[in-house]
Amino acid sequence: MLEGALRFARTWEGALGLLLLILGAAVALLAPLLVPGDPLEIAGRPLTQPLANPALPLGTDRLGRNILAGLLYGARSTLATAGAVALMALALGAAVGTLAGYVGGIVDEALMRVADAIQTVPAFVLALALVSVLGPSQTTVVLALAAGAWTAPARVVRAQVLSLKSRAFVEASRLFGRSPVAVAFDVVLPNALGPLIALAAVIVANAILLEAALAFLGLGDPNAASWGAMIAEGRTVLRTAPHVIVAPGLAVMVTVLAVSLLGEGLSRALEVSE
Amino acid sequence: MRALRLIAARLAAAVPTVALVSLGTFLLLEVAPGDAADAYLAQTGGDAGFAGALRERLGLTGTTPERLLRYYTGLLQGDLGTSAVFSRPVFAVILERLPTSLLLMGSAVAFAAVLGSLLGLLAGARPRGWRDQAITVVTLGLLAMPNFWLALLLVLWFGVRLAWFPISGLQSLGVPKEGLAAALDVARHLVLPTIALGAGYLALYARTLRAGMVEAWRADHVRAARARGLTRRRVVWRAVARPALLPVVVLLGQQAGTLFGGSVVVESAFGIPGLGRLAYEAVAGRDTLLLAGIVLAGTVMVILANLLVDLVLVRLDPRIGAAGA
Repeated sequence: MLEGALRFARTWEGALGLLLLILGAAVALLAPLLVPGDPLEIAGRPLTQPLANPALPLGTDRLGRNILAGLLYGARSTLATAGAVALMALALGAAVGTLAGYVGGIVDEALMRVADAIQTVPAFVLALALVSVLGPSQTTVVLALAAGAWTAPARVVRAQVLSLKSRAFVEASRLFGRSPVAVAFDVVLPNALGPLIALAAVIVANAILLEAALAFLGLGDPNAASWGAMIAEGRTVLRTAPHVIVAPGLAVMVTVLAVSLLGEGLSRALEVSE
Repeated sequence: MRALRLIAARLAAAVPTVALVSLGTFLLLEVAPGDAADAYLAQTGGDAGFAGALRERLGLTGTTPERLLRYYTGLLQGDLGTSAVFSRPVFAVILERLPTSLLLMGSAVAFAAVLGSLLGLLAGARPRGWRDQAITVVTLGLLAMPNFWLALLLVLWFGVRLAWFPISGLQSLGVPKEGLAAALDVARHLVLPTIALGAGYLALYARTLRAGMVEAWRADHVRAARARGLTRRRVVWRAVARPALLPVVVLLGQQAGTLFGGSVVVESAFGIPGLGRLAYEAVAGRDTLLLAGIVLAGTVMVILANLLVDLVLVRLDPRIGAAGA
């Protein structure tokens, strides 16, 4: 484990990704200290240019809201949403995959057909339809994105269960009277951990991009600062004040990049250790 | 013969998928606050007394199983209901918008495949060289970039500042509707949306091709060819790049769904009247029947795209499908 962590820190992708993410998380947590007050409140004259006012280093948008505040609070909602999506998708996927792999037969068949169907529906269109029907809020966005993301972890866990089911050490622990659930947690999950961690990075990166796209189309939580909504807002003043869309777009890009690099570093560290 | 068997197998596998997805869209319609009658009345106006008669006519009365049965019978006849926003059959509205979206998605895929393969080839020809490193950085950046943001940056730079390309719609006013001039006009309108939609796939194709080539350099037959004194350039073409192209074709099918999702955002950003923009209009107009129809249309498109990719793969690699697929 420690060896793996060291190997991870030595891949430049992993180190850089981790550094950027820690920075992003710190900024997100400290947002209320760095820019006190509601990020959706008016903070100055509308469309202040960046660097024109020291109190508003990134300027303001069409309504006079502080762009730096939007950026920092946007990091909070983005990271919280994407993290929640990944947790939900992994938990649901692990549960479905374990069930399908262990029980087999018609249960397995039915669950996998459902997974097929969900993987065939374009994920963004699925999320669009769900959020539009359920009403936009942070909860519905998380549910809608997780609904399309659990299938890949489910397949990974199912394959792992199937390959381990008949191995001697699993049978042995069953013969000792362990319940299938306990066996799943003790034996199957640790073995599937590597691919699941790599998948988690992909899910988080995708969730950030999809959440931003939903907010861009007006399907984000109206009460939370969001990078996608900031870009949508800046669209109307694109010609005169491009600074409004530049900062939130860069924020999305750097965050997604950090998560992808982290995922790449992790999977490379795990590849070598196997 | 092999192709026919493959088509039959894929279509048989598609039946449960389409049945489950349409069950999902039915549930979506049931869960949605208000039904098609409400949406229709909200658009057109009318009193509550009319609502009952309208529900009768739209087939919205009865218990849930009855409605489900009616929904499936309608689907089998190509009846997806009536759009509240357009006051026309959903199926007809979707068919009308489809060609525009296919044109945009097709040009985005072509752009991404050609340029992406070129970059991948450059990077994979000499792994860890400076070209490879530069291409890796660029493609990672492109993959992390939200496509609607790229769309706005392109509009700002190439549309507004340099004024090279039109920034919205698909046709200019005053240009003839047919002939070469019309085609050129549409092509000019498509340049920026194609780049915005295709950039991410370009990066994906380049990375996939490169990864395949890195793998191939390690293969015994490639090392043997190098040892026999074949030049690097010949080996790249003959033994490294060609087998690495297969995963790129596979990727085309895998990404069909995200491509459609991307077209929703890009068509909305550029005001292109395609299926993606229609999805946005359905959301804005609270037209759940239309939205459900688009979900189904997207699903069928993904299934057909994958079938097409499978057929191409069968031609490229004789081993595929030999065992009954």
